[in-house]
Amino acid sequence: MAIRRIAGFVAVFATAAPSNSTNVTGVPAGSPGTPFCLPKAIPTIRRHRRRTATLHPKGLPAMSTCLSRPAAAAAFVAFGLAWAALPAHAADKVKVGFVSTLSGPSSALGVDIRDGFLLAVKLAGGKLGGLPAEVLVSDDQFKPDVAKQLFEKDIKRDKVDFMTGVVFSNIMLAALPEAIDNKTIYISPNAAPSSMAGKDCNPLFFAVSWPNDAYHEAAGQYANTRDLKSVYLVAPNYQAGKDSLAGFKRTFKGQVVGENYTKLGQLDYAAELAEIRAAKPQAVYIFLPGGMGINFIKQYVGAGLGKDTTLLLPGFSADQDVIGPVGPAMAGLFNTAHWSPDFTNAANVKFVSEFEKEYKRVPTLYASQGYDAALLIAAAVRDTKGKLEDQGAVLKALKAAHFESVRGPFKFNTNQYPIQNYYVRTIGSDGKGGLINKSFNEPILKNHGDAYVQGCAMK
Amino acid sequence: MAGVLILEQALNGLQFGLMLFLLAAGLTLVFGVMDMINLAHGSLYMVGAFLAAWLVALTGSFVLGVIGAVALTALFGMALEAGLLRTLYARDHLSQVLATFALILILNDGVKMIFGNDLALSAPAALAGPVELLPGLQYPAYRLLILGVGLALALLLWLLVQKTRMGALVRAGASNREMATAMGTDIPRLFTIVFGIGAALCAVAGALLGPLLAVQVGMGENILILAFVVIVIGGIGSIRGALVGAILVGCIDTLGRTLLQHVLREFLPPQWASAAGPAIASIAVYVFMAIVLAIKPQGLFPARG
Amino acid sequence: MAPAQPESDRAAHARQAAVLAALIAIALALPWLLRAFGLDFYLSLATRIVVYAIAATSLNLVLGYGGMVSFGHAAFVGLGAYVSAIMISEGVRSGALHLVATLAVTALAALVIGAISLRTRGVYFIMITLAFAQMLFYLANSVKGYGGDEGLNIRARALFSFAGYVLDLKNPLAIYYVALAVLALALVALARFAPSRFGRAVLALRDDDVRAEALGFPTYRYKLVVFVVAGALGGVAGALSVNLQGYVSPNVLHWTQSGTLMVMVILGGVATVWGGLIGAAVLLLLQEVLASYTEHPEFWTGWVLLAVVLFARQGLVGLLTARRAPRLS
Repeated sequence: MAIRRIAGFVAVFATAAPSNSTNVTGVPAGSPGTPFCLPKAIPTIRRHRRRTATLHPKGLPAMSTCLSRPAAAAAFVAFGLAWAALPAHAADKVKVGFVSTLSGPSSALGVDIRDGFLLAVKLAGGKLGGLPAEVLVSDDQFKPDVAKQLFEKDIKRDKVDFMTGVVFSNIMLAALPEAIDNKTIYISPNAAPSSMAGKDCNPLFFAVSWPNDAYHEAAGQYANTRDLKSVYLVAPNYQAGKDSLAGFKRTFKGQVVGENYTKLGQLDYAAELAEIRAAKPQAVYIFLPGGMGINFIKQYVGAGLGKDTTLLLPGFSADQDVIGPVGPAMAGLFNTAHWSPDFTNAANVKFVSEFEKEYKRVPTLYASQGYDAALLIAAAVRDTKGKLEDQGAVLKALKAAHFESVRGPFKFNTNQYPIQNYYVRTIGSDGKGGLINKSFNEPILKNHGDAYVQGCAMK
Repeated sequence: MAGVLILEQALNGLQFGLMLFLLAAGLTLVFGVMDMINLAHGSLYMVGAFLAAWLVALTGSFVLGVIGAVALTALFGMALEAGLLRTLYARDHLSQVLATFALILILNDGVKMIFGNDLALSAPAALAGPVELLPGLQYPAYRLLILGVGLALALLLWLLVQKTRMGALVRAGASNREMATAMGTDIPRLFTIVFGIGAALCAVAGALLGPLLAVQVGMGENILILAFVVIVIGGIGSIRGALVGAILVGCIDTLGRTLLQHVLREFLPPQWASAAGPAIASIAVYVFMAIVLAIKPQGLFPARG
Repeated sequence: MAPAQPESDRAAHARQAAVLAALIAIALALPWLLRAFGLDFYLSLATRIVVYAIAATSLNLVLGYGGMVSFGHAAFVGLGAYVSAIMISEGVRSGALHLVATLAVTALAALVIGAISLRTRGVYFIMITLAFAQMLFYLANSVKGYGGDEGLNIRARALFSFAGYVLDLKNPLAIYYVALAVLALALVALARFAPSRFGRAVLALRDDDVRAEALGFPTYRYKLVVFVVAGALGGVAGALSVNLQGYVSPNVLHWTQSGTLMVMVILGGVATVWGGLIGAAVLLLLQEVLASYTEHPEFWTGWVLLAVVLFARQGLVGLLTARRAPRLS
């Protein structure tokens, strides 16, 4: 009796194992869950049948078929047979592991990066650099330990060629060692902390977005041009938050009358707003990405602070994901970014129009970064002619970055962080009753790298 | 200047405390009257918030949405009680913990399946701006609404419990259940109604806090623990205790969080001060609970005679 | 109750011994079994189950055998994790030192927390233990030097060196066997504890401590000893878990972690030797299996747990060892 039950447990354990590798687990909010699928008994045989990812009409890789379960005995026999015939990882396609924050108040960021990335794959006919692409998308739920486990799964079980996708620096720093320890390249479409730009720099890590400090250095410079003398600073209490205010203070020449670090994920800012009111600054500068920024700006306006104090923002808190929920109060606000939807280079015009056609919304800077990440990977695959086993060549091709970025000219610094321009944007009417960012032609920071490159040993 | 700051933070603390009271009131009644540990109480708060967000989007009216959410959550709570939780009254506390923990999992994913991971809920446009309470103190109108609703409901509950027959039955049940049954009270119906009231209060808190926090899956877990702390401080089974306890906890948490940072910033770098301040404030809440238990082991206003 | 037949008794014992032997064989051979099926990625899941089993067993000691419903057990597991992580981040890698430090710190914490909490009873005991765990949670959140709420990453792991051999816990095989050894020791100790004199005294005061006190047992002291031992064992589980994961954050101290451990114990079977292991294995496997088939594994996990509460009152161990003989009371 007991033995049969225990054997049952073991059988379940054994048959259940490798899940559908093309299963998309990061379903965007609002869509219904997949039906309850029963497993096919023989995951290893499924390995032989795996097709390249075709794209679902919504732009997501197709979900594997749901399968039925035979007796446990057949499973064991099949495993034994399949073990002898386990194939090595075929180099006839590119596998990318995409882990991002796809749920929670800041999910809009991860969803946009994913949508931008998948759009690039779709526009290339389901390929990256000429090879069929398989993108494994999963949701880190804003939790570092979940991200770590997802990285481990993608790298060790699914043997991906590249990892990418994470939005938040703390999550990325927790999960990155999985990639580094297993010699897998990580392309960051967003988080790019100062530590990885300087002393912790690593040949396997590429930031295709911007150094964490950059938008804030640009904002500090902009505050100078506006002749603002006193500023109150707010950011979440994590690596990127620290980097952000350090960046602002690096360029800003006036006086910082307050520096408040809030809890990451905090949504009620009544206490901080009371402090700001008491400190009476000329301007307030915040770094509060995603849902945090949305709530802060709404409550800021609700507390009546908008009248006497200028609100300066980095692009993270002034893009479409914030403009939508906050609404008309955003009109006229200034912010800094490396990209704007109104850039006129050919790559961007194509990106923005295709994104609006596919997803029926204006892309945010996060989407542009996801798109660029895919283009970078595609360029590396193309330049190495698909020989992904030669990691040295892949790394060299990545560093050369021969691709047409939607932001204009793109170049990597020696620490594999970008050197690029940063612009001031303002939020104005899009001519259709909504609001959109418009950039000023002259960049506020030109060919700007980062302050940490000297600390990096790579040359 | 400092006076305005302290006053504003005190109002924030009061507002937070009143919302905490709404959750604690339901919890203390359930625990006091039915002697059941209900870990899923925070999930009712979440369900209320989601229903409110959905109905407000559906009807376009904040008031209708909130009222609808409260009614639906109350019905849901009563159905849950009659269907499932009733079987747990006779079981030991551990089984109740396991069952209600399972309920949290089911409700979290259930809400995700129906509504998605989060829903947007905004304060009504009329209340989006500030109100000038004093020269130099502009307080958000929406938070004043929360204060008002919280105080009104506290008053209503007090009237209910002190002045109505049902309230007398509840008090009797809380102070001595066996005796109340022996005296002929229809206990099952009473329990269902009490649970429904608790669920309705959760829904009010969830709907009102929705625009300030985020309406998202798992929002109940953090506030649930504070609600338990409140009822232990206040005395299990006592509404008055829940109110006093909630306001105290709300004020300690909010005031501690902000005023401590000022002190800490004198000798700690800003990142450390910002992290330590809220941490110490939260620890202070638990220390306060320990002190209350040491002096008055049954809480501030014990219901049991 | 009818006197047991000696024949079926021996058969039952033989069957139990065979099951035990089979389990031990599978556990020892698991890494190779997994590799044979190409599933060696799952060794880390197996190790995680073993580590959680140790933590759940330690909770079972204090909850099931000791009768103390501690809702703050995550405090000790988390504390053990942080001790090990901090030692590694300071460069101390000796496994022996880790063990000593973990045991010392968590035992001391359990002594302090237990001494204070055991002066209360019932729901107040639950709340006080919870409060202490939450206090540690907030403390961990505030210590920016060791990660704060971002958590602490460790790149190296503890080392055990003896007789010239070095056992680096970064090696998946090494940590699996070390964890397995600890679990085996814990289970053996628990199995010997229950029928021992001390064990029976503890069970007596769990069932009715007023009577036990009247009979002259030093109930407070006995309970405190059990609490401290359980806390220390939980700490070892925590240290193993951080060496497995390479990352620790204040979340390991959150009350939902205590809740999860409790669920494992109740699921497996309160006051049974195998309850912790079975509860941990079933819960973790359930989550893993369900996650492959559905977007909503928690939903179905919840229903399974509910079913167990409603229909398997003695937990899964009770289900597995259901007796035909009528129960008294």
